[in-house]
Amino acid sequence: MTGTATLETQSLNMSFGSVPIINDVTFTLRPGERRALIGPNGAGKTTFVNLLTGRLHPSSGSVLLNGHDITEVGEARRIRMGIGRTFQITSLFPKLTVRENVFLAVAECEGIASRLFRSAFHHGAQVARVDELVHRVGLGDVANTQAQFLPYGRQRLLEIAIALALRPKILLLDEPAAGIPTAESHVILDIIATLPKEIAVLLIDHDMDLVFRFAQQISVLVQGSILVEGAPRDIAADPRVREVYLGDSKHGLPAAA
Amino acid sequence: MTTIPAPPVAVIAAPSGLARLLQLVPWFVVAGLPLVLPGYEPLAMQVFVMILFALSLDLLVGYAGIVTLGHAGLFGMGAYTAGILSVHGVTDPIVTALAAMVVAALTGLVFGAAMLRTKGLTLLMLTMAAAFLLYEIANKATGLTGGEDGLQGVSFTPVLGLFAFDFRGKTAFFYSLVALFLVFTFVRILINSPFGWSLRGIRENDARMVAIGCPILQRRVVAYVISAALAGLAGALQAQTTQFVALHSLSFELSGNILIMLILGGSGRLYGAFVGVPAFMFAQDLLAKQDPANWFLGQGIILIAMVMLAPGGMLGIAERAMAAIKRRLS
Ligand SMILES: Nc1ncnc2c1ncn2[C@@H]1O[C@H](COP(=O)(O)OP(=O)(O)OP(=O)(O)O)[C@@H](O)[C@H]1O
Ligand SMILES: [Mg+2]
Repeated sequence: MTGTATLETQSLNMSFGSVPIINDVTFTLRPGERRALIGPNGAGKTTFVNLLTGRLHPSSGSVLLNGHDITEVGEARRIRMGIGRTFQITSLFPKLTVRENVFLAVAECEGIASRLFRSAFHHGAQVARVDELVHRVGLGDVANTQAQFLPYGRQRLLEIAIALALRPKILLLDEPAAGIPTAESHVILDIIATLPKEIAVLLIDHDMDLVFRFAQQISVLVQGSILVEGAPRDIAADPRVREVYLGDSKHGLPAAA
Repeated sequence: MTTIPAPPVAVIAAPSGLARLLQLVPWFVVAGLPLVLPGYEPLAMQVFVMILFALSLDLLVGYAGIVTLGHAGLFGMGAYTAGILSVHGVTDPIVTALAAMVVAALTGLVFGAAMLRTKGLTLLMLTMAAAFLLYEIANKATGLTGGEDGLQGVSFTPVLGLFAFDFRGKTAFFYSLVALFLVFTFVRILINSPFGWSLRGIRENDARMVAIGCPILQRRVVAYVISAALAGLAGALQAQTTQFVALHSLSFELSGNILIMLILGGSGRLYGAFVGVPAFMFAQDLLAKQDPANWFLGQGIILIAMVMLAPGGMLGIAERAMAAIKRRLS
C-alpha cells in the first residue's frame, strides 16, 4: 500500500432529524496538503469530520478515498485504511496509563492486537514505537501515569499521540490546541512538522494565529456549506469571510495582507 | 450495570524469576491440604470448580466489560455435554471435558455473535434470556437430560487411565486443582497479551477503540467464546467430580451467584475469584443451613454493601488499605 491518499466528498448532505447540518459539501484533501477547516461555532466542522471517518452517515452524497467510494465502509475499517483523527472532546482510556493508551493504538495499527499468547510488553518493536510516540508529544515524564490524572492540556497531547500511532495517511485534527495554553500551542505545529511530508493534514481550530501559521490552504465552512476555499492570504482578505467573523475579536482574523 | 469500576492498572513489569517461583507457593500449599485436613476434599473441589467458573466470568466482566447474567447457561452446557456423553458410553474425563469446552464455545459463538452488538442493560437482558432458553430446553428434553430429576448414572473412567475417581474425592481434588491451575495460567497470559489489553480498551472506551480501527464486535465475540469454553470446562468438572448433573447448573440462580462471588472478591483483578468464591461459600454455609430466607437477605446485603461501599470487592478494600498503610509509612 502506498503512503499517500486523497480524501474527497461529493455533494455530501447530513441532517440531525429535520435540521440540515451539512449542505452539499464537495471537498478534496490531497496528499501532503496542510489544510485548515475554519468556521463559526456550530458550523458543522466536527460533524463533517465524523462523516469523513464514518462515525456518522450522510443522508446523501459520497465519501471517496483514492477515488473509491467508501461511504458504506464502517468507521474501524476506514481508520485501518489510513484515516486518523483526534476528537474535539477528548476521548481516551482514562484508567490506562499514557503508554497503555498509545500501545492500544500501535497494536491495532501493526496488526498484533488479536495476539493471545505473548505479553503485550514483550513486543519489543511495538513498545519502542510507543515510547518514541510518547516522547514525541512530550509526555515522557508521565508515561506511566493514568490518563485520567493528566491535566487537560496534556490529555490533548495524548489524543494526538494515539492518532499518530495509527500511521495515518490522512490526519484530521479537531481543535487539537483547545485546552492547551496559547503560548504553548506551537507544540501542535512542532508535532505536525515531524510528520512525513506526504501525509495530508486537516486542522480545525478557532485560533486564527495557529491556523494561519499552519495552513497552506483554508476551507471556510459556514452553516454547513463551504463558503470559500483558498490560500490563507486570499481567505484573510475575502470580504465574505471577514463578514462572518466581524466583531468576533476572540476569533479575529489577522489583518489582510 | 457496565459501571463496575475497573481496578487501578499497575505499571507493567515482567515479574522476576524468583517472584514467579514464589507465586507457585500457594498452589503447593493447597495441594498439601489433604494431608492436614483429610475429609475436606469434596468441599475443596467444589470451591476449585467455582473459582474456575468465576475466572471465566472475570474475563468478561472484569476485562472486556461484558456483564452477563447468563453465564450458567455455558457452565450447564459443559456439564450436560460431559454428563450425556458419559451416559452414552464416552467416559474418558479428558475427552469429555474437551468436548464440553467445544460445545460451550460453540454455544458462546452463536449467542455471542447475536448479542454482543448490544451493551449495557440490553445485553444483560439478552444474556439472561439466552440462559433461560437453554434451561427450558434442558427441562423439557427429559429423555436426554433427565429433566428436573437431573442426569443420573454419570460416571467416568480413571483420569489418564491411572487415577480412578474414589469415594473420598482425592482424585477429584487433584484433578480439579490441576485444571484450575492450568486455566488460571492461561487466563493470566491472556489478560497480559495485546488481545487482553484491547479488551480493557473496549471496557474503558469502546467508541474510541473503534476510532483506532479495532473490530470491537469480533474482539468481544472472541472473548466471549474463550470465556464460554472455560465455563464449559468448569461445568464438565462439576459433572465429573460429583457424578451428577442437576438442572441447577443452567439456572439463573447460579448465574447470579457466580456474578456475586466475583464482585464480592473484586472483578478485573484475576485474584478476585480466589477470594470471592470461598468467602461466599463460607457465608452460604453459615447462613443458608440455619434459614434459607436469611441467606437470601444476606445475599442482598452483601451485594448492596459491595456496590455501595466497596466497588472493588474485598481485593479493592485490601488495595486501599495497603495504599493507606504505605502513605502512613512514607
Ligand atoms: N448529536 C447531535 N444531535 C443534534 N444536533 C447536533 C448533534 N451534534 C451536533 N449537532 C448540531 O449540529 C451543528 C453542527 O455541530 P458541530 O459540532 O459539527 O459544529 P462545529 O463546527 O464543530 O462547532 P464547534 O466549533 O463549536 O466545535 C450544531 O448546530 C449542533 O448543535
Ligand atoms: Mg467542533
